[in-house]
Amino acid sequence: MPLDAADRPKTSFKQVGTRPLRPDGIDKVTGRARFGADANAPGMLIGKILRSPHAHARIRKIDASKALALPGVKAVVTKDDFAPRDDDLADVLVNVMARDKALYHGHAVAAVAATSVQVARKALALIAVDYEVLPHVTDVDEAMKPNAPVIRDGLITKGVDPALTKASNVAERYEFGHGDVKAGFAQAEVVVEREFKTEATHQGYIEPHACLANVGSDGTGELWVCTQGHYMVRDNCARLLGMDLSKLRVTASEIGGGFGGKTTVFIEPVALALSRKAGRPVKLVMTRDEVFLATGPTSSTSMMVKIGAKKDGTIAAAEALFKYQGGAFPGSPAQFGAMTAFACYDLKNVKVIAYDVLCNRPKQAAYRAPGAPMAAFAVESVMAELGAKLGLDPIDFRRRNAAKQGTKAVYGPTFGPIGFVETLDAVKNHPNYKKPLSKNQGRGIASGFWFNFGGQTCVSLNIGTDGTVNLALGTPDIGGSRASMAMMAAEELGIPYDQVRAVVTDTSSLGYNDVTDGSRVTFAAGAATIHAARDAVRKLCARAARTWGIPEDAVVWENGHAKPAGANAGNHKPLSLKEISGSAGSTGGPIAGHHEFNAENAGPSFATHVVDVEVDPETGRTTVLRYLIAQDAGKAVHPSYVEGQFQGGAAQGVGWALNEEYVYGKDGRLQNAGFLDYRIPVASDMPMIDTIILEVPNPGHPYGVRGVGETSIVPPLAAVANAVSDAVGVRLSSVPYSPPKVLKALNGRMKAAAE
Amino acid sequence: MQFAAPDSLDKAVKLLKKLGTTRIVAGGTDLLVQMKSGFAAPDLIVDIKRIDEARQITEEAGGFRIGAAVSCFEMGEHAGLRKAWPGVVEAARLIGSTQIQGRATIAGNLCNASPAADSVPALIAAGAIATVVGPKGRRDVPVETIATAPGKTSLAKGELVASILLPARPARGGDAYLRFIPRTEMDIAVVGAGVALALDGSGTCVKARVALGAVAARALLVDDAAKALIGTKVDADALAKLAAAASAACKPIDDKRGTKEFRIQVAGVLARRAAETALQRARG
Amino acid sequence: MAGIHVTTTINGDTVEYVCQPDETLLDVLRDRLGLTGAKEGCGTGDCGACSVTLDGRLVCSCLVLGAEAEGRAIATVEGLADGETLHPLQRKFLEHAALQCGVCTPGFLVAAKALLDRNLNPTESEVRYWLAGNLCRCTGYDKIVRAVLDTAAEMRESRNAA
Repeated sequence: MPLDAADRPKTSFKQVGTRPLRPDGIDKVTGRARFGADANAPGMLIGKILRSPHAHARIRKIDASKALALPGVKAVVTKDDFAPRDDDLADVLVNVMARDKALYHGHAVAAVAATSVQVARKALALIAVDYEVLPHVTDVDEAMKPNAPVIRDGLITKGVDPALTKASNVAERYEFGHGDVKAGFAQAEVVVEREFKTEATHQGYIEPHACLANVGSDGTGELWVCTQGHYMVRDNCARLLGMDLSKLRVTASEIGGGFGGKTTVFIEPVALALSRKAGRPVKLVMTRDEVFLATGPTSSTSMMVKIGAKKDGTIAAAEALFKYQGGAFPGSPAQFGAMTAFACYDLKNVKVIAYDVLCNRPKQAAYRAPGAPMAAFAVESVMAELGAKLGLDPIDFRRRNAAKQGTKAVYGPTFGPIGFVETLDAVKNHPNYKKPLSKNQGRGIASGFWFNFGGQTCVSLNIGTDGTVNLALGTPDIGGSRASMAMMAAEELGIPYDQVRAVVTDTSSLGYNDVTDGSRVTFAAGAATIHAARDAVRKLCARAARTWGIPEDAVVWENGHAKPAGANAGNHKPLSLKEISGSAGSTGGPIAGHHEFNAENAGPSFATHVVDVEVDPETGRTTVLRYLIAQDAGKAVHPSYVEGQFQGGAAQGVGWALNEEYVYGKDGRLQNAGFLDYRIPVASDMPMIDTIILEVPNPGHPYGVRGVGETSIVPPLAAVANAVSDAVGVRLSSVPYSPPKVLKALNGRMKAAAE
Repeated sequence: MQFAAPDSLDKAVKLLKKLGTTRIVAGGTDLLVQMKSGFAAPDLIVDIKRIDEARQITEEAGGFRIGAAVSCFEMGEHAGLRKAWPGVVEAARLIGSTQIQGRATIAGNLCNASPAADSVPALIAAGAIATVVGPKGRRDVPVETIATAPGKTSLAKGELVASILLPARPARGGDAYLRFIPRTEMDIAVVGAGVALALDGSGTCVKARVALGAVAARALLVDDAAKALIGTKVDADALAKLAAAASAACKPIDDKRGTKEFRIQVAGVLARRAAETALQRARG
Repeated sequence: MAGIHVTTTINGDTVEYVCQPDETLLDVLRDRLGLTGAKEGCGTGDCGACSVTLDGRLVCSCLVLGAEAEGRAIATVEGLADGETLHPLQRKFLEHAALQCGVCTPGFLVAAKALLDRNLNPTESEVRYWLAGNLCRCTGYDKIVRAVLDTAAEMRESRNAA
């Protein structure tokens, strides 16, 4: 049943909006929760993967005979253990195990399963790979040059008319916009045009990828894995291994962070192939350096943004060019960058062009609002500079041009009810916005947007004979969603929260569920839960009707009880959920509710961030003093976890803004594959993060819910950049705003001032 | 690979003399990382934490002798040591995290011979002496002679640093250590600066030692920077000369943690700031 | 490599195991003893997810050899609660929603307990610096720091009441 958009979202709640404890809480504070690497099986082997030391190399030959001869080695797999393919999984397969070429430093080339990790490590050293090292390219601008080494033979740029004939590293060109940009700029009185670059960053989840595979000789298999989507894992792995989907049962472990990085397969098909070959369970756990080298960081980018405004602050035209490299495979989020870049603003004339580019780097994976933070860094940096030139308060400038209900977005659709203006007003009225600043301190403002996704969802709700409820979900819980789902089920059923137990079930228990991504779970699985509960309520009412001998439509559900709809229905004592379920065996059998759908109408979420920083003018080091977030949640089901999403995204964005970056050497090798030199924020780097939850209901959800997980990482890069600029008067053309770069800019300004 | 945990220095030396690669585990915070990455694969690991002498901080000649297995955290818990050499203790308490400091030792920091070791510039500035024990007995050497290049030391086969002696703090003396890192914690120093100085009754600097870390292949003792202070009241002019001398002494590299020009410039800034703190401490 | 026989105390219980010379205490806890509360986030002492105490001292168990534990006393997250009764830190982490994915939580709890064992009145800054070796990528630390400060306040109160 599709969502009935005509239904106004519910506005009065008993459970939604409260802050109960999460159902998985006790397990997670006692050490009892089982994550990816916490499972073992009898007779289990340990798998390890051999990875390319080269950024780009032809693999002439792999000789594993010495490794296989080592006592304790039970299986070796290479590309030959996977059938080549030319379908939608072709690139996934190449990324899982290199075929003719190693495409990046860290690309998997072979794997072993052995009786211990010590033996497995020894075996890797005994596998002889004959490489022919090829020229490589890791910078997006370099990769687009005509003389750049072409990474994938025969790659012809899509989206160009007339079609190109020469292969290049540009996978696709995108264009969005409306109006007449040339005419718009002709009317502009102040124009700012700047170029920017951003370095690749990693999601940096604390739990490395881990799985335990067990394939039997009958062709059935089981897989325990930390993932954002176990159905995706099942489908991809089964297809890559030539198994029926129904014969591979995948169980999602507790997941130690994902942020988009666990939305594809890396080690899982390898573990299954090793297990099948060895005939024993195989556990495969990535080391931290493997996570950095060979999973999916985000794109690095090169961008141009030009915005022109009239003196009254009205934007006359905006234009941008985005080049995103996504590793050695097509699929960077260049398109999302282009679509989100100007989404905060109501623009008459706008044009955005984007290129998806290949480099000798790991295949990028989604990272929280993929593609949007970089574009927002560029756009919101230019907005700050332009606003300053116009002499306008940054909030007022944004407000004057803010997207509202009815605004035609750059990527096509016209917005329904959205809460962007509300975020601007909220931060302007917050005490942080008025706090005085001292010397070398500055305040930065930036806004951000994310679409939010819906997607395929299947939920089952089973009522026990004691009146308690099991809610079966197929979307891994990466930040407390089981609590939110249980709250929504309890709200609908009219029973206490603690009588609903939400569980993420394995792939054999429910229909297909899309990956937990796109901030979709509270929206889509939440809506499915509500509809499953309503389905159950209909059945509960029917049982009451049968008990009372009245028509089903003469029964209503109120506060957890079936009641006669009115005096005409007769005088019957209301039956509680517990009473109806207790006698279900004699009224028609078990009672369950289901809902399967492809959720649409995910409402976008906007945010505005205000950050205060202090810059040490002698070292270029930036300290974050305070941080404020206002974001539209539609309806905050569990406000603590909504705040947590705001705060977590902001901290990741601060890391991206100040210190996080992939550092490649001239040899194309990653130089900082560890938490020591890939510097994510630590507790002492951050202040408390103030949050304002705004609630402009999303008409596409029965409770008005919008996804909240991703927008929070969109504004921080520019907010921090704008704050540094406000503090010490320098603006960099790239993130991170690392101390050496800021100090160099400060030196340049001093020198210029002296001349 | 074998593991041994002797209960005396003599036994440790005998074990270390054996053929093959031997490594000492004191805090293990460098060794275990090196073993994990395959960079180190010793035939024998000798745990020195069961040796009483290595586990103690003792007063000696008005100063303090710190056993090679005393953790940085324990140094911070020693009130007398904290009072005498606050810069050295601060340096020790900057290494890694609380967890790392619960294990890491300054002797290990010294013998790991990283140019960026936090405690080493502070120890050099303080004029610390390393007591080396080996097959030929004991010898005392200035700490700055231990590291010779990244990962290389002057220790002979079978030798180990048994303890480090911090001399008596001079009258009207003070020390300080500062390092630059991009985050607030958990990073390797991009630049480190240790300063120890002493004043006469009139407030004139009569003694100074300035040491820099992470700006050359090993920690530098910068005499010119010290000379900039000696004979002055450590005023702005002297501090500017100190900073210039510190910057001039740097022979850094560009790497993932910082550029040459950044290290050179910030070395001067940190040397000056450390001298200011040391001065305040010297004035009491 | 010959195995090394170790007798040690874990969460108050005497435990014996045989480990390899290069095996870390974290590997021993997780793979030999089934104590999987301590997590391996990096294996190099940079993330703190494997935090335990060794003779009362907070350490990363990935940087301790299993062989070193002979005769020592180890405490892990599994020993934090007293039967069914949670430690105040565990309770406050839940109340403050100080965890999202929860994989760093055991390390934070062990580290925070080590702080409160020494200092029941820490400042926000002291909490942040003490916990700087425990990485969390989900929360931005706000709710974790609040949970620790609130636990300290409650424990001070109950101590004063007693």
